[in-house]
Amino acid sequence: MSDYLSILLYMQIGMASVCMYRIIKGPTIPDRMVGIDIFGILVVGICAIISIQTEKSFILDIGIAWIILSFIGTLTLAKYLTGKKLNE
Amino acid sequence: MNTISLIFISIGILFNLLGCIGIIRLPDTYNRLQAATKCVTLGCCSILVGVCFHFGFSDATVKALVAIPILFFGSTTSAHALIRGTYLFGIKLGKKSVKDDYKEAVK
Repeated sequence: MSDYLSILLYMQIGMASVCMYRIIKGPTIPDRMVGIDIFGILVVGICAIISIQTEKSFILDIGIAWIILSFIGTLTLAKYLTGKKLNE
Repeated sequence: MNTISLIFISIGILFNLLGCIGIIRLPDTYNRLQAATKCVTLGCCSILVGVCFHFGFSDATVKALVAIPILFFGSTTSAHALIRGTYLFGIKLGKKSVKDDYKEAVK
């Protein structure tokens, strides 16, 4: 049980590092933003698996906060891409 | 209960793996975002359902059930805004794309 869960955790961390590859290498600016968006979602899965392994529930709070911050950040960056000011 | 939660988490990891293969392999920004957002959102929701089944009646279940709708609506909305911003920023479609309906809608 615990060994299998550890394998799944390492797979999830590997996928997050794949997103880091896209953030570093991506040819244009929106490619990097796609990487940041997907990275924020994958971190929630990492937090969920760690909360099962350690049997502590407060790690899920970190996941919820990370979702909301990633949502606001992506909306702000998308607004920046359209070329308008933030108060329009 | 542990078996059910492991099955849900395995399904979620499988969807995440397909999404990350899409991030590396697909040729275009639009294709990458479309593949990655769908697969990764469903995969992480499935992992959170597995957390619900593992903990049973406790506070962690409530936290996971709160996180699922936020993840579902937040990630899809942000992907929509991001892809609209990408189009207005001036990124062209890929070479194999055949149809561009949004061009008339912008004008």
